[in-house]
Amino acid sequence: MESVILFAPLVGALIAGFGWRVTTIRGAQIITTTLLFLACFLSWGVFLSHGPEVRHIEVLRFIESGTLSTSWSIRLDRLTSIMLIVVTSVSALVHLYSFGYMKDDHAFKKGEESYLPRFFAYLSFFTFAMLMLITSDNLVQMFFGWEGVGVASYLLIGFYYRKPSAGAAAMKAFVVNRVGDFGFALGIFALFFLTDSVIFDDIFAMAPELAATQLTFLWTTWNAAELCAFLLFVGAMGKSAQLLLHTWLPDAMEGPTPVSALIHAATMVTAGVFLVCRMSPLFEYAPQTLGFITFLGATTAFFAATIGLVQNDIKRVIAYSTCSQLGYMFVAAGVGVYSVAMFHLFTHAFFKAMLFLGAGSVIHGMHHEQDMRNYGGLRNKMPLTFWAMMIGTLAITGVGIPLTHIGFAGFLSKDAVIESAWAGANWASTYAFWMLVIAALFTSFYSWRLIFLTFYGKPRGNKDTHAHAHESPAVMVIPLGALALGAILSGMVWYGSFFGDNVSKFFGMPEMAHHDTHSDDDHAGDHKDQHAAEPEGDHHKDAYAEDTHSTGLAPQGAIFMHPDNHVLHDAHYAPKLVKLSPFIAMSIGFAFAWLFYIKNPKLPVKLAENQKHLYQFLLNKWYFDEIYDVLIIQPAKALGRTLWKTGDGKIIDGTINGIAMGIVPFFTRLAGRAQSGYVFTYALAMVLGIVVLITWVTFRGGAH
Amino acid sequence: MIVFTFYMFALSAILGGFFTVVSRNPVHSVLWLILAFLSSSGLFVLMGAEFVAMLLIIVYVGAVAVLFLFVVMMLDVDFAELKAEMAKYVPIALLIGLVLVMQLGMAYGVWESAEIASSQVAHPIDETTHNTASLGMILYDDYFLPFQLAGLILLVAMVGAILLTLRHRKDVKRQDILAQIYRDPAKAMELKDVKPGQGL
Amino acid sequence: MSADLTLILPEIVLALFAMGSLVAAVYTVKDELAGPLLWATAGLMGLLAVWIGTSGPDTQTGFNGMFQDDPFSHYAKVIILLASAIVLIMSRSYLEKRKLLRFEFPALIALSVVGMMMMVSAGDLILLYMGLELQSLALYVVASMRRDSVRSTEAGLKYFVLGALSSGLLLYGASLVYGFSGTTQFAGIYAAAEHGHVSVGLLIGLVLMIAGMGFKVSAVPFHMWTPDVYEGAPTPVTAFFATAPKVAALGLFARVMHDAFGNAVADWSQVIALISVLSMFLGAFAAIGQTDIKRLMAYSSIAHMGYALVGLAAGNVAGVKAMLIYMALYVIMNVGTFAFILTMERDGRPVSDIRNLGMYSAREPAKALALLALLFSLAGIPPFIGFWGKWAVLVAAVDANMIWLAVMAVIASVIGAYYYLRITYYMFFGDAPDEPMDDVRNPVLYGLVILCGIAVLVGIGNLFGIEGPAGFAAAALVN
Repeated sequence: MESVILFAPLVGALIAGFGWRVTTIRGAQIITTTLLFLACFLSWGVFLSHGPEVRHIEVLRFIESGTLSTSWSIRLDRLTSIMLIVVTSVSALVHLYSFGYMKDDHAFKKGEESYLPRFFAYLSFFTFAMLMLITSDNLVQMFFGWEGVGVASYLLIGFYYRKPSAGAAAMKAFVVNRVGDFGFALGIFALFFLTDSVIFDDIFAMAPELAATQLTFLWTTWNAAELCAFLLFVGAMGKSAQLLLHTWLPDAMEGPTPVSALIHAATMVTAGVFLVCRMSPLFEYAPQTLGFITFLGATTAFFAATIGLVQNDIKRVIAYSTCSQLGYMFVAAGVGVYSVAMFHLFTHAFFKAMLFLGAGSVIHGMHHEQDMRNYGGLRNKMPLTFWAMMIGTLAITGVGIPLTHIGFAGFLSKDAVIESAWAGANWASTYAFWMLVIAALFTSFYSWRLIFLTFYGKPRGNKDTHAHAHESPAVMVIPLGALALGAILSGMVWYGSFFGDNVSKFFGMPEMAHHDTHSDDDHAGDHKDQHAAEPEGDHHKDAYAEDTHSTGLAPQGAIFMHPDNHVLHDAHYAPKLVKLSPFIAMSIGFAFAWLFYIKNPKLPVKLAENQKHLYQFLLNKWYFDEIYDVLIIQPAKALGRTLWKTGDGKIIDGTINGIAMGIVPFFTRLAGRAQSGYVFTYALAMVLGIVVLITWVTFRGGAH
Repeated sequence: MIVFTFYMFALSAILGGFFTVVSRNPVHSVLWLILAFLSSSGLFVLMGAEFVAMLLIIVYVGAVAVLFLFVVMMLDVDFAELKAEMAKYVPIALLIGLVLVMQLGMAYGVWESAEIASSQVAHPIDETTHNTASLGMILYDDYFLPFQLAGLILLVAMVGAILLTLRHRKDVKRQDILAQIYRDPAKAMELKDVKPGQGL
Repeated sequence: MSADLTLILPEIVLALFAMGSLVAAVYTVKDELAGPLLWATAGLMGLLAVWIGTSGPDTQTGFNGMFQDDPFSHYAKVIILLASAIVLIMSRSYLEKRKLLRFEFPALIALSVVGMMMMVSAGDLILLYMGLELQSLALYVVASMRRDSVRSTEAGLKYFVLGALSSGLLLYGASLVYGFSGTTQFAGIYAAAEHGHVSVGLLIGLVLMIAGMGFKVSAVPFHMWTPDVYEGAPTPVTAFFATAPKVAALGLFARVMHDAFGNAVADWSQVIALISVLSMFLGAFAAIGQTDIKRLMAYSSIAHMGYALVGLAAGNVAGVKAMLIYMALYVIMNVGTFAFILTMERDGRPVSDIRNLGMYSAREPAKALALLALLFSLAGIPPFIGFWGKWAVLVAAVDANMIWLAVMAVIASVIGAYYYLRITYYMFFGDAPDEPMDDVRNPVLYGLVILCGIAVLVGIGNLFGIEGPAGFAAAALVN
């Protein structure tokens, strides 16, 4: 069954990519989508039926070289099954959605260019690569999937290959990801160097040992576990668009909107978070790196949210929002509550995909107009899209009933992240808490701004466009509905499993079973007592941990939390004010948005004029692109040009050309001239040759 | 006396060779060449190889050199032009020649044969047998194979000469030997009795 | 005596056949018999090749050590016979079209082959000279066979005059050697030079003999006749020049060097190394300026002789083995290439300017691809067999501690690759000529081009199994 899930998209991609002339375009679309839905149903089957235990399913042997032994095999545990449903569900819905969205694309000549099979083949190929990434049981296979999704992302961002900006964006995504992948690859090398294996279980079993190992790298001695974890995180930074390596994600919006929903919101960009959670047994032994992750995640969350405030392109707003939400996930992972990181990943996939698909629906209805300043009053023209976007916004801003577990998906997961950050014990956690709360305020503001600008007020911009604005077809609305279901319910249904008291059972961590006494219902009650009873539990956990590691086995379960890691527990006992803070932030954000865009629409313009520098600073995305341009791109280009013009052109080519075009023709002419055609010249040459040979042989000491 | 004769013949052979090359008139060259041949045959006589000496005179002087003379006189080759072209190379040719002569001089100056050379000689000169007879014995005995090959070489030369020069032209009357042989007077002649004053 | 005669039975059969065919043709229909005679000669050569190839591996000598029958001579003779037979078959249509198909042609070729067979079996300076002259004289004649063409006669005459000069040099060298050792037999010369005692006279004789034989293999600086003769001679004759006589001359070269001068390896190996380097470089440099494919192939063969001489210069068993492998592969590549050149015609007349090959791939893709494979192989580009031939000689040179020679060979082959690639460039990317060449539909030539084109690729597996015989032959020659 697992193999079917893994290979169905690949089969679809191959059929659509190479066999569409046989199946017809329509057939290719239907086959890929059907196969994806098959994979989706099977994934849900696996998720619901499969327990928390870890299973290994070998597909085929891969590399056997020296001590490097890699097989292509599936590691099926809770993390994998969560990712399976996220990936296959969103992908299947996006496939379906693309039936409507990609029909009659203006970028291609109608009837002449068959771009649809290509698009569906890429989508299915991406899904296959992503599944390979999440199901891998070793780092090499994961790296393959990692690069596979990179390729698919490149192809899809540059799908409108006639548009120079799309090509540039595709290249940018690829190049920026190289930086991260370099770190990832170094991390794999380092782990193989230290543990002599790339298989997760072997590495996890060695993690405590790594924490006690020193490693010399770049003229400095490092803690091995810290270094490996950091290098892996560099890879995660690239793929998940964290600060410093985030610049590619907004540009990636050049791709078709379904792609943005699938790859650049729900699945691929979360691969970094997944990597950190997957490698949790290693990261748990790297506290400094975890602190760095927390810090960077919080900063990204804040930074991206500020930019989102002023963007006018509807997709860019959501892109920055994605960037910001990924920061939330990293904070959760950074403070050691991997289950919460996965929780936010899970819920975010639904509501963010829905926001993108909704935005796509708007763009589709508005004839590919993406500037929100040209929208307005679309509520009546496209009511279904409006409600879908509304649900998505309610989910992302975190609307729910405070101090209960009732609310939209984002309410539960985001609050869990913020509470975890408050409870976090590393050096960056307090900073992270405040940053996240502020980011929550901004999130609320820009999300509502999007809704207000798009659906409320008077129509702005081109009148014809507005006159022709229409609701999208059913194939586009149905996926929205399905995702809406997820956006509303996913938080409430799985709260206990990800953040509540079923975490250890859910993820198959036996040592936490001891704690798992209180039921989901009494969560809101008084926790102080139980908190006081903590040391006893600690003792047991320590005992367990020692037991596990003394036998040199990998810790059980999908994720691992160090015995000293009480953050998840502490988060449950956060003060009420902490628990309320995101709700308050959200309300303030909503109020400002209402004030700015409903009550007094002139206010934003005035504010922008008053705070011109701040506005420009945010509008230009903190000038990151410009700084990179000056600091990295220009010097790199200059270096490249020097090497090309001087190094390659003058020195290497010059030498070769000098020989090839100067010396060789000289000898050729000489040889041609010697060939005079006169017999006596030839005879002279022969005699001359004899004289030379005799001289040569006598001078070489031939004569004794 | 023998030594004196040897040097005389040797000197005239060298002179003959030298003037063959340098003389301007090709006919003179051939004549100088004949001198060289004659001198060489004299050297052979001194060595007691009288058969080879006679061969040299009969074949080379009598046949080859005379043929050369005919060819040279019949062909209208502009030697002057060739010489002018060659003149450009004279200095370097002289230099090369000088070096080559020095090298050969060096070789002869320090000449030494292998220690076992004298014992390896295949056919010591037999004083009792006549020179010509000895040659015949050796040619048809030890050197049978090269001798036959020499025959093949001559065959090739002959075939080659025919191949390159023989042309069957239609308008040329050719001798038909068979027809000639099978003629008899009866066929060849017809007797006519011609009456005086009437004509045929 | 009868034992001696059995030893040269193949040569006798071939010579008698040649003479018989001459007589038969003269007394019957003359040139009309030339076609059947050509096939018959080729067939007989093939049979003789099989005969010699399957004869016993032991070494025998006859005629007082003059004639040597050993694996080395067998190897060389088989290649010579097969190459000659194939070239004869190739020649037919070309000669017929130009009214050159004379009955003397197969007979002359057969007699020339008899000479070559004597050369590679020679055990005596006199037999060496006789074989050489028999071979050369027949070649002089066929070179100028197209007697109405000034170029052809000029080629023949030049070849003859220079060949006479080289024979003179060889004889002069042989007389010096004889003077040193007191005998003309190789075994005697070998014995005389024992104890490492080599006098200046012997050295000069050695150099002069190398010059004479270098002329036959067209090694620099005795190569000057090659381009003119290749260009002037009728193309089938050129094809013949480029194959069998080269094998014979190189076989003779190796025979003399190892059999007669095996005690002076250090002396001649330096000389041969020098002429091989000169040949490789001159072949590479001079061919660049050529647009006539026959002249180009002339320089190509000069360069290839240079590579083969690298193997000889190594002066050991591995070197001779590499040389023998190289020559066999060289023959295959040249047969294919010349079969192609024989099909180059326009309005029924042969053309040889390589610019006529512009965009040839569009019209004759199969032949163009086959020629591409052949040229790549000649250039020594892996994985074609030409590369493995070069590889063998380079390894031999390195093993013999002549690394500088190997380096030179590599540099020369890089330069040389240019002109081979230029032809392929014309074929696949060049401008199509205004008037395309004729569609020559000759099954023999077409088949040979394709077959050789495939062979240079197929042979990379085991080099057609010649490594074993070549090694055996080399071991028989060296000590």
